[in-house]
Amino acid sequence: MKFYFLLLLLSPMFVFAKDSPVQFENNMHALLYDEIIDEIRCLVCQNQSLADSNAPLAQDLRKEIIEMIRTDKNENEIKSFLVDRYGDFVLYRPPVQTNTWLLWAGPFIFLLLGISIAVFLIRKQTKENIEAIKND
Amino acid sequence: MWRYSTPLLFFAGLVILFIFGLKIDPGKVPSPLIGKPAPAFEVSTVNNPTIFLNSNDIKGQVSLVNIWASWCAACLEEHPLLVEINNTFNLPIYGINYKDNRNNAIKWLKSHGNPYRKSAFDEEGKIGIEYGVYGVPETFILDKEGIIRYKHIGPIDAVDIEKTILPMINQLSSIP
Repeated sequence: MKFYFLLLLLSPMFVFAKDSPVQFENNMHALLYDEIIDEIRCLVCQNQSLADSNAPLAQDLRKEIIEMIRTDKNENEIKSFLVDRYGDFVLYRPPVQTNTWLLWAGPFIFLLLGISIAVFLIRKQTKENIEAIKND
Repeated sequence: MWRYSTPLLFFAGLVILFIFGLKIDPGKVPSPLIGKPAPAFEVSTVNNPTIFLNSNDIKGQVSLVNIWASWCAACLEEHPLLVEINNTFNLPIYGINYKDNRNNAIKWLKSHGNPYRKSAFDEEGKIGIEYGVYGVPETFILDKEGIIRYKHIGPIDAVDIEKTILPMINQLSSIP
């Protein structure tokens, strides 16, 4: 009984929600399509990519992307088509530019800040300890 | 003294950041189309498939472009305000009927009033994509040259009209 119950718990693993498979004549096109829809945010359900989302807008945009790929548009052309209409926000990997440099550099700035504070404190403590030993 | 006040200051800084952060609505994404010419299109109008609306028709006067659909509940919410604007001001309102069924759209306009000069019948949502629409209703202000000056996402309310939309329209209309 327990065993079957556990098996039941595993069953969702075998369910995959995939859109009706898109047919491309060219393998490169199929790869490009998969890559793009994974990297574009669906604006209706913002934490899903176009590949994940089943919102009507996501379906329409996927259709639009398929058409563009079939007419041999490249990745940059397709992405800029979307960015021109929906803004940088549709890209899961925003480009490095004046309004995003803090986003990209921020973690490293904080890392440096943390390291310098740690070094400062450790040095200070060591100095105090040495002096304490001397005074003893 | 510093030993105790530094964490406290950090904490206060974080609180201020959070207060500002909470006020930002991630659902409202700034449109890259602001300051750019409104997208070009020509499609049939909702009420009459033989009459067309061309995006050039919208130029020449400051106007509102409102994306609506009969299936959209929030559109109904803002609709009386659009009817009122149309009755009160000399401000052309153009509709883009987004991914709708023509009969439903005609019925909807009959029962709730039609504030639109013309409504473009955007059956497949292509114009919607050109306008970067992702949450109907959306309202755009276009200047005389047909350049997008403002975008409002979601239903407009009386405060939006009074505080943002009308002042902007007055300002844009005063430019010769």
